Amino acid sequence: MRRFRTQLRTELQLVTRNGEQLLLTLGIPVLLLVFFSLVDVLPTGTEDSVDFLAPGVLALAVMSTSMVSLGIGTGFERSYHVLKRLGTTPLGRGRLLAAKIASVAVVELVQFAILVPVAYALGWSPATSNWPAAIGAVLLGTMAFAGIGLTFAGRLRGELNLAALNGLYLVLLLLGGMVIPFARLPGAIRAVAHALPSGALADVLRETLGGNGTRPGTSWLVLAIWALVAPLIAAALFRWD
Amino acid sequence: MLRLVRPGCATVGGLGGTPGPTDDGGSVSGVAAVEVSGLTVRYGELEAVHDVSFSAAAGEITAVLGPNGAGKTSTIEVCEGYRRATAGSVRVLGLDPGTRQRELSERMGVMLQEGGVYPSARVLDTVRHYCALYGKGADPASLVQQVGLADRSTAAWRHLSGGEKQRVSLALAMAAKPEVAFLDEPTSGVDVNGRDTIRTIVRGLAAGGCAVVLATHELDEAERLADRVIIFDQGHLIADGTLAELRRGHDEIRFHSSPDLDTAALARSIGMVASRVGHDEYVIDAPPHPRLMAQLTAWLADQGHPLTDLRAGAQRLEDVFRRLTAEDGDER
Repeated sequence: MRRFRTQLRTELQLVTRNGEQLLLTLGIPVLLLVFFSLVDVLPTGTEDSVDFLAPGVLALAVMSTSMVSLGIGTGFERSYHVLKRLGTTPLGRGRLLAAKIASVAVVELVQFAILVPVAYALGWSPATSNWPAAIGAVLLGTMAFAGIGLTFAGRLRGELNLAALNGLYLVLLLLGGMVIPFARLPGAIRAVAHALPSGALADVLRETLGGNGTRPGTSWLVLAIWALVAPLIAAALFRWD
Repeated sequence: MLRLVRPGCATVGGLGGTPGPTDDGGSVSGVAAVEVSGLTVRYGELEAVHDVSFSAAAGEITAVLGPNGAGKTSTIEVCEGYRRATAGSVRVLGLDPGTRQRELSERMGVMLQEGGVYPSARVLDTVRHYCALYGKGADPASLVQQVGLADRSTAAWRHLSGGEKQRVSLALAMAAKPEVAFLDEPTSGVDVNGRDTIRTIVRGLAAGGCAVVLATHELDEAERLADRVIIFDQGHLIADGTLAELRRGHDEIRFHSSPDLDTAALARSIGMVASRVGHDEYVIDAPPHPRLMAQLTAWLADQGHPLTDLRAGAQRLEDVFRRLTAEDGDER
């Protein structure tokens, strides 16, 4: 437990010292939520934009932390032989992975602790608030995105991994029903968007925190499949050096 | 293949009084800390290490030499438990690194050839992190002081020079208070003062009973530090012995003189073969007998040639290495 705590402390220390990660995990979600809630330019289809945006931005925050931040950080650690070096200590790979997951959870808690009050302050008034289900969805989303991020991190070199994950982040942001409603996407793209973990998580959160998901049953299933398959792929493909 | 094996090597105990290991990872004096037997490592079709056997004793510094790609790092990575052997057996402190790496990691210090630290991490924080991971009670500030980086303790890794990074890496290996230490190119890119610091620390580790296995292609470093030298070439172990053993039977007289020196005339005069090995550098493969030295200096004086940088006696490690790797290449 002592070694796990030591590693977790280091992981969190590195997150707080990394400006780019803070911008990605906190700056961008808060900015998107505030800007598009106050400036009504998105075709959200709701009377109050924040009612559509808040669950989507929470999903975005989960994706930022568990896929992009974790994936990029781990990719560079692999390139810089940090994983190899830690692998020769008594920490062990299991505790290293556990510390990384715990670090993601802590950052997500901080994100939610900031985003939820900001959303309420902007006028978010969800018709239903099934937080236990929402937390379950966030856990599944975290597993799915972490699996994707670690798959990239475990195979691509540092800079290529950085570019790929940032590109994927943008694609999932635009296609994922996070800030743009599925209904506004062209038919073929909409089908793809529904099958993506970002779209599924946003839809489930929109259902659990507002009761206005488009097809929540399918989205739960899609999310669960991603949460199961992505970590398995990561485990199979991950290279430690 | 020339193979010089020091008699009794596999049963040499620690000089510093630290007992060696037993088969169950315990400690009993008189057993080598690292024992490699018939090790082969393959990456797909490529055979990086072929049927290598050697041992390294507690309290000694064993230098593993060889050109890039010779198989040094692969061998050490197997010893660290980082890589699996394709064939053969490896025991470190009596433990199989492939199956008992976790136990081994508690007692082993590792220094990678490069990197291994978060770029944004600060020196003292990093050492503190590793001290906590090993939990052996090493004092982080004292380790930073020991490697001469007290004034850089708040600097981020990415802002350190190559030599400073090597010194941090050494401090991380020392955080383990190791019984066996694998140091990969510890003085690579390090300035003169830094090298002195690192040598002192490495000698101190060995004096305390630690088995130090030092991979390097800096022969000068091995010459200064090693009790014993193992030479790899193209995945094969081509020599294994103390420096004295490797040099034995290969005395020479080496000197610098005019670039146009007539080596045939010199050979006739002294009755020994003289060879040009550099622009103005010459070697006579013979023990430095006083009569021969007198003949050489007299001939040079008679011919009006200068004599500079005269060196007589055992071959330098560099020359031993060149000779052995050339012989090995010829044999294959």
